[in-house]
Amino acid sequence: MMRALLLASLLIATPALADSTMPPAPYANVQLEDPAQEAKAAALMASLRCLQCQGQAISDSDAQIAGDLRNQVRLRIKAGEDPEAIRAWLIDRYGDYVSYAPRVTSLTWPLFAAPLALLGLAFVLLRRRFTRSAA
Amino acid sequence: MIATMGLAALWLAAALAGLQLIGGFLSLRLPGNPLEPVVRPAAIVQAALVAIAFICLIAVFWRTDLSVALVVENSHSAKPLLYKVAGAWGNHEGSMLLWVTVMALAGGCVALLERRLPERTILATLAAQAFVSLGFYAFLLIASNPFARLDPAPPEGNGLNPLLQDPGLAFHPPTLYIGYVGLSVAFSFAVGALLTREVSPAFARAMRPWVLGAWIFLTLGITAGSYWAYYELGWGGWWFWDPVENASLMPWLAATALLHSVSVLASRNALRAWTVMLGVVAFAMSMIGTFLVRSGVLTSVHAFAVDPQRGTFILALLAINIGAALTIFALRAGTVSEGERFAVVSRESALVFNNVMLTATLGIVLLGTLYPLLAEALGSQVSVGPPYFNPATAVFVLPMLVVMGIGPLLRWRRDNFARIRPVLILPLIVLAGVAAWLAISGLHLLALLGIALATGLLMIALVPLKGRRLRTVTLPLWGMVVAHFGIGVALLGVACDSAFSTEKLVAARVGETVAIGPWLVRLGRIEPVAGPNWTALEATLAASYSGGAPHELKPQSRSFWTPVQQTNESAILTRWNGQLYTVLGEEADDGRWQLRLWWKPFVTLIWLGGVLVALGGALALLGRVASDWRRAIASGKIAYRRQRQGRG
Repeated sequence: MMRALLLASLLIATPALADSTMPPAPYANVQLEDPAQEAKAAALMASLRCLQCQGQAISDSDAQIAGDLRNQVRLRIKAGEDPEAIRAWLIDRYGDYVSYAPRVTSLTWPLFAAPLALLGLAFVLLRRRFTRSAA
Repeated sequence: MIATMGLAALWLAAALAGLQLIGGFLSLRLPGNPLEPVVRPAAIVQAALVAIAFICLIAVFWRTDLSVALVVENSHSAKPLLYKVAGAWGNHEGSMLLWVTVMALAGGCVALLERRLPERTILATLAAQAFVSLGFYAFLLIASNPFARLDPAPPEGNGLNPLLQDPGLAFHPPTLYIGYVGLSVAFSFAVGALLTREVSPAFARAMRPWVLGAWIFLTLGITAGSYWAYYELGWGGWWFWDPVENASLMPWLAATALLHSVSVLASRNALRAWTVMLGVVAFAMSMIGTFLVRSGVLTSVHAFAVDPQRGTFILALLAINIGAALTIFALRAGTVSEGERFAVVSRESALVFNNVMLTATLGIVLLGTLYPLLAEALGSQVSVGPPYFNPATAVFVLPMLVVMGIGPLLRWRRDNFARIRPVLILPLIVLAGVAAWLAISGLHLLALLGIALATGLLMIALVPLKGRRLRTVTLPLWGMVVAHFGIGVALLGVACDSAFSTEKLVAARVGETVAIGPWLVRLGRIEPVAGPNWTALEATLAASYSGGAPHELKPQSRSFWTPVQQTNESAILTRWNGQLYTVLGEEADDGRWQLRLWWKPFVTLIWLGGVLVALGGALALLGRVASDWRRAIASGKIAYRRQRQGRG
């Protein structure tokens, strides 16, 4: 939380972003010409967190930093970059917090083990229930 | 004066809850103790007192009594009356008072109406209810007094968050709270039945209306909340897996499981321990939901209360209530047998399967919601959002939907698939046909699965009515059919929205026309307008559907001044086949205006489905209550006749 605020305040402090008289980034609110590219960008933007807002994706936010990130994402997609590479670049820059798709790390592995564990548990529960009742 | 009266009523109600608790629990050890006859009246009078306290709070908001701190913090004399009144529960203290009010009214209803269970079970249930209430009274009176005063009173209040100044707010939180609190009654019944070893079909029948009622309100609350987020936030999204949304989804998942298992217990005398366990889990989810929303641990658009003391208090209440219930469960579980047995292919099995799937889904949502908080406690930050929740829940939800379709066709206790195969053929053919047609059109896999599955569900949901005369179909059966059909409708809406939605973000000049899907949208003019506590820029758009007559839409960009905040008021045009969603953004420096446009085919089915599901619940509830009523009247008549014969 604190780190996010810190990050956000750092971002606001960056001169290029803080200057509201600057023209908005060209692709902040304009779609890419190629629908396939725009679809890729939209899917990526929906899974990136706006660091300044509370619980909104950058695709769903009026904040300036969200607009700037949308512009970045669209420009990079337009230049032919892979969405996952862009995500990795953003995580590198802002930390894991920016991505709504958690990576498998030493910290987050339980998130991914849970569905498997629950599947296993459900299987065992149901099996026990039915073998008992069939008897 | 009014505020003092409210506070006094609240203290008196808390004292009565204490009396109710002591009397109820004493009856377990000392049957026939002198406090026993007081328990029911205590619950009823307590309900009246808390209702008075709540009316007092509404009154101070109505009059904008600025000597009350809560009014100063959340209201303003220039606010429209509806939002003044709704402001009474649109904040932490008021919403906790609303919680206690609904809980006391529910307790009063149980005390007044419930006569089917053995008296000691009811007394234990009311004691459990008083135990939970006392925690909340303590919370209100110690840590969040809604009637706290300010001296001297300031000349003006601070106003209410503009995002919350919407008719949706007036009804959304109370709807969810009624749901949460209904589950507290189910919880109290479960504890009461455990304490007196009365986990029986009669117990399930007594608990069922409360579970059904809570579930109906939760369903409506989630549906309304989703639609509110959709039109108010202005980006066309209807579900964000936001922690606050999850906080309402988790009790719903638990209540859905509980609702089905309680039906099995009521009609088949099976799944006893499981039903009691779900009763505890469902209320635990209500409390976790309240904790998430009320404690301010979340950073989200919904979390507007920030005070760690409160979070700790709710967490302590959660630990005490659920800990106590689980301890009782552990002590008594050995004495609660599972009940009647059933074969692998039977309706009970289908219900058990889906119960397990619902619970697993609940586990995923709970983990994904709490994980960022856990990670933060460990000093690092992660975000868990749609890319995690969508696939992880689909693993359990998709099989569940298939079983939901087939389950109602199976017989209780023992059946075989050969018997129901003929009725499955038609839905399967349609499903395969739709899937093949969609596969050719090159849709995304999950959307394809969704549409095909929804089509199959819509057909199969109606099969239980086959071969029956519609006039003789019972209300609970209608309820099930309508609710399951509603799930299919909602799924179709979700899948269509994700498959066919189109988006257009443009900077347009006045007079310019923009094409989106089958629509042509012309930006007519932009003018300033003023409301009671805001000013706005309003665009006039003329939208025509495939060359038809133009419809007018007026999206606004609003500026509120108490407190200062900017919001987008979307303008939405609804056709039978979808919605055109328009938002006015900022002015670009070259005099063009940002417009955000979406064409969302069949998106309305999402909320229509939600309403159908709730309607199904309402039909079932009506049927159950009516038959209980008839039974009560009939047994009353028999008793009366016996009495007369005895005399004659």
